Amino acid sequence: MSAGVSTGHDPGTGHRRPAVGQYAGDRRRAWPYPRWSLGVAVAGAVSVPFLVPPYPLHQVTLVLVYVVALLGLDLVAGHGGLISLGHGAFFGVGAYAAAILLSSGVPYPVTLPVAGLVAYGLGHAFGRPAVRLSGVYLAVVTFAVAVAVPPLIRRLAPGGAMGLPVRTPAAPSLTGLADDQWVYLLVLAVAAAAFTLMRSVVRSSWGRALVALRGDAGAAEILGMRPAAIRAHAFACSALYAGLAGCLFTWTTGFVAAESFTVTLSITLLAGIVIGGLGTVSGAVIGAVVVTFLPAPGLVSGLALILVLAVAPSGVTGLARRAPAFLRKDRR
Amino acid sequence: MRRLVLVALLLVSACRLTSAEVTVSSPAECAGQRADGLTPGKVLVGGVYPLSGPASAYAAVAQGVSAYFAWANARGGVAGRQVEFLVRDDGYQPARAVEEARRLVDSDRVFALFQTLGTPSTAAVRAYANQRGVPQLFVASGASEWGDAAYPWTIGFQPTYAAEARVYARHLLETRPHATVAVLYQNDDFGHELLTAFEEAVAGTGVQVVARRSYEVMDADVQAQMASLAESKAGVFLNVGTPKFAAQALAADAAMTTWNPLHLLNGVANTPSLIAALGPSALRGVLTTGFYKDPVTWETDPAVRTFADAVRRHVPGADPSSSQVMFGWTSAAAFAAALERMECPSREGLMAAARDLRDVEIGTLLPGITVSTGPGDPYPVEDLRVFRFGDSGWEAV
Repeated sequence: MSAGVSTGHDPGTGHRRPAVGQYAGDRRRAWPYPRWSLGVAVAGAVSVPFLVPPYPLHQVTLVLVYVVALLGLDLVAGHGGLISLGHGAFFGVGAYAAAILLSSGVPYPVTLPVAGLVAYGLGHAFGRPAVRLSGVYLAVVTFAVAVAVPPLIRRLAPGGAMGLPVRTPAAPSLTGLADDQWVYLLVLAVAAAAFTLMRSVVRSSWGRALVALRGDAGAAEILGMRPAAIRAHAFACSALYAGLAGCLFTWTTGFVAAESFTVTLSITLLAGIVIGGLGTVSGAVIGAVVVTFLPAPGLVSGLALILVLAVAPSGVTGLARRAPAFLRKDRR
Repeated sequence: MRRLVLVALLLVSACRLTSAEVTVSSPAECAGQRADGLTPGKVLVGGVYPLSGPASAYAAVAQGVSAYFAWANARGGVAGRQVEFLVRDDGYQPARAVEEARRLVDSDRVFALFQTLGTPSTAAVRAYANQRGVPQLFVASGASEWGDAAYPWTIGFQPTYAAEARVYARHLLETRPHATVAVLYQNDDFGHELLTAFEEAVAGTGVQVVARRSYEVMDADVQAQMASLAESKAGVFLNVGTPKFAAQALAADAAMTTWNPLHLLNGVANTPSLIAALGPSALRGVLTTGFYKDPVTWETDPAVRTFADAVRRHVPGADPSSSQVMFGWTSAAAFAAALERMECPSREGLMAAARDLRDVEIGTLLPGITVSTGPGDPYPVEDLRVFRFGDSGWEAV
């Protein structure tokens, strides 16, 4: 694919794709490297639990958990161009839904769809009225959700301020795996499925409509798209992803408490996806690494954020995607 | 072919390049028991404390523990083993406590967790410690639930909050049999246990709880609760708060001229920083309970002198007159006693020893109080004495 095709590229949106049709618009490849490198990545991901000691494995598992959350957030923030400050709350609701079910003896595979559906319902309840408003208002409404959820958990959820320890999924004895290896593979499977699903959602006519709305809501509406319905649906789907990620978090840590799901988490998630790169799947992966390893909010993490955004205004993914073209230029 | 793949998969999955756990091979009765972090010359121990955050006053406990281990190491170690003590910060947040415990066990590979501090953090770590089979010894929290047989890897240390509440009830029944009581309590298991046990102990007597208000650990202050409690005009005020909130309640009580109840300060709030912040005038007449020697009152006691010298030498940043440092020192001495009594050099052996301490005497415990556990008795220290704040310090009642 020649570099000349990417003419509709608007530098103002970084590397994000402008509104595209099936044939027109930005046709750059999302992964500008050879295909076998993807295969290597997959093989690497599967072999991680056998090579890595328990604690780093736990951290890698958490990265995958946040990948799922960020894939969802990216639908709203990257493709939809809306700001959600409430995804930490949806994440927490999913985590608590899973924890409550697990502690009442429900088998763990059941908790995943339930956690997702609970978050989806909440996403609909808050998103439907909020997305009728323009971007900033959605940010405020979701911020309110993020602020309200931790105190509600403290008052109403079992365990209260103490938090709730639960059993984590045990590896079937047939596999001979340790529990943490099993949980890693479960989370990897869910993350891979979430990844694939999100790709097809973004490429569907509905996903492209969402991007078109970001580009020019007025024009898109004249073309027959319904902004409120499409955005509300995107917001709810995104909450569903956050809920699923919350459930995976419970599987991984075996402990949930209100202070894990404060407004800080919401903001960290948003910062993660912006640093990783909006509107791309690999941005979610890089963002998840940032979310997992970013030190607690403070001077260091704040300065690190500023530094990254100064060097890579379109996120780390944008930087990586520009690298091949940059290298070719060098060779000439 | 498929079978071959399956076999290969099983072989791969059973192995893990880096996580072979150390197991004991001899003596025969200990074979197969786990001993990560324990060698004949060294034992690696980890503790999780709130070094930052709302309960950071308790960081002094970690200093006391460090001082004890440094002192013991200088004298040749505990049963010949040098103790290496790793301290981690959980900010009094249970989720972080679990993370730190996981890091200590999986990454640093400690032999045992010696102390998690606070009921929420301890409860959170307990599930993990018991799943992994790692001893969680002599936790710094007085909740009764650390005696729960469902969690064999966790054991408490100090007298339970329920025992403390019964001491207050008994004291009131002796001195003020018709008292009315107002209670401020932290809305978690710590506050609930003390309040519930107190109410049960005074049920059917002349002592009545006439008002109770709770606060959350995340709250900014307890002004509103104190104003509301003052309206009850109760003759006794039971202060069931962690140091920061207990200090606010004490200050509010001292500032209110219209309400002057007998102030009962729960034991965990009795920290040097609280006393320093409020000054002796706000504390005069306040009652509390204790089970170890207060470093100021018992200054001339030989065991306390050893303690103060060791703290000054090994942890210069710590305050040797701090009762929190003394608490850490005393509990570390109990941990050393358990280490010395291990029959098998393993995690299993340590738990067995901790659950079979027969009247172990520790110099810094109050006279007549010993560390004692056994079958059916999972509570190491069970006695308490009542103290009153005199002109400058705590005096026995």
